[in-house]
Amino acid sequence: MSEASPPAVAVTGLRKSYGDHVVLDGIDLRVPAGSVFSLLGPNGAGKTTVVRILSTLVPADGGEARVAGHDVARHPERVRKEIGVTGQFAALDNALTGEENLRLMADLHRLGKRAGRARVAELLDRFDLVEAARKPALAYSGGMRRRLDIAMGLVGSPGILFLDEPTTGLDPRGRRAMWEIVRELVGNGVTVLLTTQYLEEADQLADRIALLDGGGIVAEGTPGELKRRVPGAHVRLRFAEPRAYAAAARMFEAAGRNDEALTLRVPGDGGVASLRLLLNALEAESLDVADLSVHTPDLDDVFLALTGRRRKEAVR
Amino acid sequence: MSVGYAVQDTSTMLRRRMRHLLRYPSITLMLAGLPVVFLLLFVYVFGETLGAGLGGTSGGRARYIAYVTPGVILLAIGGSATGTSVSVAMDMIQGFVARYRTMAVFQPALLTSHVVGSVVQSLISVVVVVVVAVAIGFRSHATVVEWLAAAGLVTLTSLAVTWLAVGLGVKARTVEGASNTPMPLTMLPFLGSGFVPTDSMPTALRWFAEYQPFTPITETLRGLLLGTAIGNQGWIAVAWCAGTSLVCFFWARRLFNRRTV
Repeated sequence: MSEASPPAVAVTGLRKSYGDHVVLDGIDLRVPAGSVFSLLGPNGAGKTTVVRILSTLVPADGGEARVAGHDVARHPERVRKEIGVTGQFAALDNALTGEENLRLMADLHRLGKRAGRARVAELLDRFDLVEAARKPALAYSGGMRRRLDIAMGLVGSPGILFLDEPTTGLDPRGRRAMWEIVRELVGNGVTVLLTTQYLEEADQLADRIALLDGGGIVAEGTPGELKRRVPGAHVRLRFAEPRAYAAAARMFEAAGRNDEALTLRVPGDGGVASLRLLLNALEAESLDVADLSVHTPDLDDVFLALTGRRRKEAVR
Repeated sequence: MSVGYAVQDTSTMLRRRMRHLLRYPSITLMLAGLPVVFLLLFVYVFGETLGAGLGGTSGGRARYIAYVTPGVILLAIGGSATGTSVSVAMDMIQGFVARYRTMAVFQPALLTSHVVGSVVQSLISVVVVVVVAVAIGFRSHATVVEWLAAAGLVTLTSLAVTWLAVGLGVKARTVEGASNTPMPLTMLPFLGSGFVPTDSMPTALRWFAEYQPFTPITETLRGLLLGTAIGNQGWIAVAWCAGTSLVCFFWARRLFNRRTV
């Protein structure tokens, strides 16, 4: 990703309230083109509101939001040409079949009869909906609905896709299938803004994560950066011989010891630089390490550390 | 947004609405069936007595068929409002509108497709009612011009009722709500001159019956089909329909544009 290419989404000081309830309290976001950006947060954090504003559904009270370089408030028409929206609040037409839903989208994108037909057939195939194509969407399972939903958002070949909680309510298999779909989209150059309340999902898919809580962004960075910002990262060293173990234990006084298993837990930030320093020090003393593993805290730890409270809902 | 796109998107959305009608024929059947049941009920159960109460020389039931048919036609139009507001509310609430709004399409096409679809649906009901009425003895001596005028008035009435129902559908917070609010429209033909003359009603009710919009519409329709006197009722009927359509059009449009989904 070159720094010169304009961001797919650029948001500064975005504010939104419903009555006295402040939903977004001045948030900033920058989503580089071609990346997956995840808005992570508990229910009610304002994730969906961000997507609604960016997809021109709801006006913001303040701040500026640009999608594909277009101001969402001033040029919603131009923004709409660049985006696809799927998820929680955007639904399908239950009375129509999967194929008819896609055909409707093709017609609304004015693809023309032949190109529209081809696009619909391609998407049905890609999203494993060929068999169900002639059944009404009402009869679809949760996973099929989500797949159809995303397929509908893709009919117009958007450069930017908003996925609002795409896996909420899906079983683990459906969730994994959805992740594969998202990875494939990104491989084709689509920018994805993904909202989720699942830490694992953001960790799996996103290049960058913004942690949204109480109407503000409490942390932003790559999954790795976020993890390194919280304590708990360490390198676990296991030694084959007691002599080397004892020598290393003298070197790293802060390390947690397990004399029976001959393992040391050396605290650190989990980064490459500190790992190299650690290895160089061991090398200098010619201590043989039998086994090494780097432990970084998972995003649950991040959430707890950065929002100062436990998430209200279990991850699964 | 060019005119070409507007037409294209509107016809796309209209095809969708027509597909709905074909997918759920039971709704169309019910909307046409209910007024037919009322027609048969009123003609065969109450007809002899009510017809006798109308005065005049010809037999009670035969006379009542002629009297009640315009009322039942309006019942068919009023009854279709529920279907309209429910289908609009479903689009609003279940999220289809949200998707639609994020697309670079001609935005008014969605409501327009509902309006045209619903008018077509209620005209189908009217045709069914007229066919059944003729089958059981309704006879009209109207000229082609009078039939066309009657068809025009029926369409105009349907348009007014539909725009009102669309507004109620956009406003509804639940689909159940959308199915309840248009109910009074089904009652209005009864509380006018649709089924019995208004002068047979108690004073307060008569006052209401004479001034509510369905009465001049009924009287005009009756005049066109049966040759009774229309007087100024024709203009009042057209004014009611045009006014209601216009006011409800702006109201529904404003609600639609403002309502956050």
